[in-house]
This record gives sequence, structure tokens and C-alpha cells, in this order.
Amino acid sequence: MSRAEAGAAGVTDATRASSSPADRHVPAERHSPADRHSPTAPHAPEGHRPMYRLTDVVKTYSQKKKTVTALAGVTLEIPAGQMVAIQGPTGGGKSTLLQMLGALDRPTSGTVLLGEHDLSKAGDHALAAARGREIGFVFQGFNLIPTLTAAENVETAFADGSVPRDERRRRAAAALASVGLAERADHLPVELSGGQQQRVAVARALVKEPTVLLADEPTGSLDEATRDEIMDLLEGVWRERGLTLVIVTHDSAVARRAERRLHLKGGRVTEI
Amino acid sequence: MFFTYLRRELGNRRKQTVVIAIGMALAIALVIIVNGVASGVRDAQSSVLESVYGVGTDVTITQTAEPGTDGGGPGQRFDFGSGDGSTEGGSTQVAQSTLSAARGTATFDASTLTTVEGVDGVAAATATLSLQASSFSGTLPDFSQGGTSGTGGTGTAPDPGTGTDSGATQQSPPTGGADGAGGSSFDVDQFAVEGIDVTADAVGPLTSVSLVDGRTFTAADAGQDVVVLDQTYATSADLATGDTLAIGGTDFTVIGVVASTSSDAATASDTYVPLDTAQAVSGLTGQISDVYVTAASASDVDSLKTDLEAALPDATVSTQSDLASSVSGSLSTASGLVSTLGTWLSVVVLAAAFALAVLFTVSGVGRRTREFGTLKAVGWSNARITRQVAGESLVQGLIGGVVGVAVGLLGIVVVNAIAPTLSASAASSSGPGAGGPGGVPGGAATAAAGTATQGGAATGAASGFGQQVVQATTDVVLHVPVSLTIVLFAVGLAVLGGLLAGAIGGWRASRLRPAEALRSVA
Repeated sequence: MSRAEAGAAGVTDATRASSSPADRHVPAERHSPADRHSPTAPHAPEGHRPMYRLTDVVKTYSQKKKTVTALAGVTLEIPAGQMVAIQGPTGGGKSTLLQMLGALDRPTSGTVLLGEHDLSKAGDHALAAARGREIGFVFQGFNLIPTLTAAENVETAFADGSVPRDERRRRAAAALASVGLAERADHLPVELSGGQQQRVAVARALVKEPTVLLADEPTGSLDEATRDEIMDLLEGVWRERGLTLVIVTHDSAVARRAERRLHLKGGRVTEI
Repeated sequence: MFFTYLRRELGNRRKQTVVIAIGMALAIALVIIVNGVASGVRDAQSSVLESVYGVGTDVTITQTAEPGTDGGGPGQRFDFGSGDGSTEGGSTQVAQSTLSAARGTATFDASTLTTVEGVDGVAAATATLSLQASSFSGTLPDFSQGGTSGTGGTGTAPDPGTGTDSGATQQSPPTGGADGAGGSSFDVDQFAVEGIDVTADAVGPLTSVSLVDGRTFTAADAGQDVVVLDQTYATSADLATGDTLAIGGTDFTVIGVVASTSSDAATASDTYVPLDTAQAVSGLTGQISDVYVTAASASDVDSLKTDLEAALPDATVSTQSDLASSVSGSLSTASGLVSTLGTWLSVVVLAAAFALAVLFTVSGVGRRTREFGTLKAVGWSNARITRQVAGESLVQGLIGGVVGVAVGLLGIVVVNAIAPTLSASAASSSGPGAGGPGGVPGGAATAAAGTATQGGAATGAASGFGQQVVQATTDVVLHVPVSLTIVLFAVGLAVLGGLLAGAIGGWRASRLRPAEALRSVA
């Protein structure tokens, strides 16, 4: 929905809508400099509807009477449809930032707006609903339910049970087909390779057509060849569906594919 | 999705499922068996009590015998004077029979019955007189030629007194006659005689018997020398309807034989005679020993007991539940075992099974932290995750419950197939002094021979003599009933255990942070 609106107004989307196969491999070139506005700018340019708007986000944890500051005042805007890579040293706050973006946790102070929705003040139930509605996750460890088949794992994405069973099955099958695993629908995760498991996880993230796709080290457990496969898949999905894609990664090869690269260190974010 | 996920999880964690189910099954089976056996024992107890006190008896009234009243009523004595017995060919024949109040029983005035009938809440009451008939007959050698004392000397059997000292006062075993010849022989017989009101048919000892032969009492039998025999006694004494039985020196005509209605229980008494006849023959005119009372309402038994105790300050008033404690023997042991050990065992095993289910569920949730975190990240609500965990535990509990019910029912079938026989004794009169009058035979010998050192062959009789006290020993086959209620109760317990484990496990799962999904692979 938000994608459609953004498509009507955004320069990016106009470009993307007419993107040819040739420029798929060079996404950075597809976008005009106007697209790459500064993330620290208080307002996005006219016509851009920001997917995320973070203001002075602080997150602290208390560990054994010591207070650890994971995010030390992050102000950040991510436009709808952008592909962002977050890099940085271990303990720099990458995972915490992803938790804020993914509605997995609330900040200690500051606000996190997902569209019009203020995640920093939402209750557990509202956060769960936001996750179920807007956000797809891909994890480093794939995080498939080991006792469920590929198709059933994809079906778990229909979290609130409002979608009838037949439609769930049909859409799960379609999602698996879209990641190239139609024949593996009835396999358990242990019967699949790492790359295949991650494809199932991508299908699970996409089946409910989220507006945001968050990936936490999606290639961290994969070899190089599989890494490229999965990155091609994610990038293809991003391009086709126009969703907002945020990837946390250590891997510069992965990060280089993104339109925009952020560096998190000591709980502060900088553009690369 | 719910059932698919649930089925897969239980199937995948089969070991945990089996352990929880086995624990639950064990507890449930135990609950069913203990409960079944307990009610079986209760049934047995009430059947024993019925055989002793009669159907419909709610309250019995007795008076406790005063212990240690030397030479008093309860003691048995055979007095032989010099003229008693007949001497023939060097030996003396003696025979005597007595009828006295049963050992440990005190008699009281028959007016008590009137008092009882006047108490509010008494539907029916009847009085009985418990007596003990003893007969002694024997042959003694003639000691006059070699003895130091004359045969004509009069001796008295030492009174056995209360049961405690009866064995101890037994004289040193006679070693034979002074001339070394021995040659004495004795026959001692005892049986219980119950004097009952011939017109009472609503309450009392004879209400729990069925007629085997002849007839029971009618109102016309009052004051007549007629007797109804218990089948067991009739068989052992080789008597039948129409025969004659000597009780206390009077010949009674056997008019009928009765048996306990439950085939596996014996009746309280050996013989039944009309109450007024019993009073006349025993010399206890106007005396009774027990009053059997039916309450107007079963729920008022306790208050009736209080009223009766107020009306009869000297009497012992016992309700059915008081009487249950008078049941002794292996039935009593079983009852105690079931009610204490069995109950505690099932409580402990049940608690252990619950704890096992809770611990396994909680540890299972702990191992699935990332899984639940992922489901939360995907958008599952806490309620849905709690439901899933609770559903798993509930099914584990149910499996255990169903297996447990099956094992429990199997156990009951096995118990019923073995059909253990429990013996029970119910003292029909409370009070001390039920010990055997062991000193009698030796004393009798002394009396006859006139010397302390001579007793002939009396030793053998002493030990077996004290057995026939006023107690009805009954063998009851334990039958364990199965009720739908207990099965449902057991399944309910299993469901409860599953829900408890599921609630705790689900609560733990719901408290997991969704950010756990981001935890790196262990």
C-alpha cells in the first residue's frame, strides 16, 4: 500500500518502475543523487514518504549493576523502498538498532516511527501486531521451526489466524515457488541445505507481503557461492516488490550492494 | 496450524512426551487403584458390620463390663460337689453346663430399651442378651487308692478373671496321676447364645440373615425353649432342624437354621433363642446386654448418639462409624493401609508427576527460546504461544491420563481376579476381657481330684480353649468396584496436571523477549 503511494510520488519508484534488466546489477547507478539524501537531514525531500524516522533513540541495558549503552542517541530516516546496509564492529549497536527497527523492543528514550506508527510507545500486543503486519525477518541462523516442513514454516507467518487455511496454503506454496523451492515444500529443515533453509526463511518473511524486510547477517552462516545466491534473491525481491530492505552485515561484499551504508560504532550512526 | 505444530512437537520430542505421560499415567493408575480398593474395603467393612449388627442398625448401646470383678458374672466356673458325677470302675464321670453373660459384656436393666425408645429420632429399637453357653464333661480316674487326699474333696476352679491374667495363672502342667496312670479325658464346649426379641424384625442381629432350613421366630415363640442355629455352628455341631440342643442345662428344640446373607460372611452368634427364655435360663431376668437402634434419619445419627448418651449416662453408645473401628483382622489392616499409605502414596506420586510435567515443560521452553523468539518476531502474540505450549502439555497429560486409566482398570481387574480374602473380626460387645479362660481345665482337674499335683491329661485343652470368644470372625473377599466417577476424576486430574504444566510453561514462553530470535546460533 505504502509502496504504491510512494511509487506514485517518488522519483525512485518512477526510475525503478522502468528499470531494465541491464541496470539490475548496478542499483547504485539507477538512483539519482536526489535519492541519496542525507540520513541526518530532519526532513526528507518533497514527495518522499519516510518508512522509518528515528529521533534521539537511546537504548541502555543494565548488566550486573553496570549500565551498557547500546544506542547513544541515533537520529535516522530511512525512506520507503531504500536498501540499507548496516555495518560496524561487534557490540557497536547493530543488533540493537535492528531490534528498534523490527519492533522487537522499545527504546529507553527517543521515538521510533514506522510510517505513522510510534513503536516507542506501543504495547507488546501492538508491537506484535506491527511485526505481523509490516515486517519480515531473515536471520543469520535461518530460525526455521525444526519440526515443521518448509511449507508449514512459511505458514507460521500468518500470525493472527485471520487468513483461512486454504489461502494460507496457496500463498505459502506460491512464496516457496518464488524462491525456487516448490519441490521442497514438504521437506523438514534438516533435509535442506543452508542456502535452501535461508530461502525458506525469505519465503516466510515475504509471504504476508510486508513493507519492510529486515535481515540480520543473512549470509553469515553461508559459503560464498550461497551468499551470492541469497543476496541475489534478496536484491531481486527488493527490486520487484519495492519494499524497504535493511541488512545488518559484516561482509563488505554484501554491504556494497546496498544503496546506502550506515556504520554503527559506540551506539552512534555515521554514513559511509 | 495449531494441531500440526502440536503433533509435530510431541512427535519430535517423544522422549519428553513419554516421560511426562508415564509419570502422569503412574499417578492416575495409582489414584484409581487406591480409590477402588478403598471403596472395596469400605464395602467389605460394612458387610462385616451388617453381619454382626444387622441391616439398618445405626446405633448400638452396650455397657462395658467392669474388669477385675473377681468371681463376678462374666467368669466361668464349674463347681462340682462330692455328689456330682458318678464313679464307675475306678473313674469318675462329671458333666455340667452353664449359661452366663458373654465375656466382656455387662448386662443392664431391660428398662433401658424403654428409655431408648423414648428418645427423639429413634425409629426402632430392639434389645438382645448376649450369652455364652459352656459345657464341661469329662472322665476322671479314681485316685482314692493312691492319692493323698480323698476323691470326695470339693474344689473350685480358679476363676479366670479378666483375660490378661488367665494364661499366667495356669498351673504348672500336670504331669500325670499320682499313680502314674493318667487316664483323664475332658470335653469342653462353648458357643454364643443370643437372646433376641422374637417380635423384632426391623432391626437387630437376625435382619442380616437368610433362612436356610426350618423357620425363624414368631411372636408365639416367646418364652419357649426353641433355638435357631447359625449354619456354621449347626454344621460344626452336627445339628439340624428338629434336633435338641442343651443350653445351660435346658434342652432347646432346633426350629431353624440361618445363614448370613452375604455368602462370605459369618453371623455374629452361633445360636439364637427368644429373649425371655434366655433371661430365664441364664437367671438374668429383666437384663439385656445390647440395644440396637435404627435412626429415623441417617443424617441425624450423630445427634441421636448425643441424645442417647445424655439419656443413658452409663451406657456406651456406638454409631456405625464408631463400630467400623471395632473391625479388626486383615480387613482392618487393609483398611488402614489403603487409607493412610495408599492415599499418601497417591498424593506423593501425583505431586511428583505434576512436578515432572512442569519441569519438563519449563526446560522444553528454555530449549526452544530461539524458536519462540522467532515466532514472536514473525508476529505471534503471547497468547498464541502460551496456547501452543499449554496445548502440548495438555495433550501429554491426557495421554498419561488415558494410559493411567487403562493401567488402573487393569490393576483393578487383576485385584478382582486374585480376589484376596480378608478376614475381619468385629467385637460385638466392646470392652476388655476377651482373652481365653485358659486356666479352667487345669483347675477343673484339681477340683475333681482334690490334689493340686494331679490333673491327668488336661494340658492339651488349655491352649485351644480361649479362642471362642464373642467375636464374629468373617472372611470377606475383596471386590474392588469401578465407578465412572473415579475414572472421570482421574482423567480430570491428568488434565489438571497438563494444564498446570502448560500454564507455567506458557507463562515462561510468553515472557521471552522476541529479540531472542536474534540470538546467534548456539
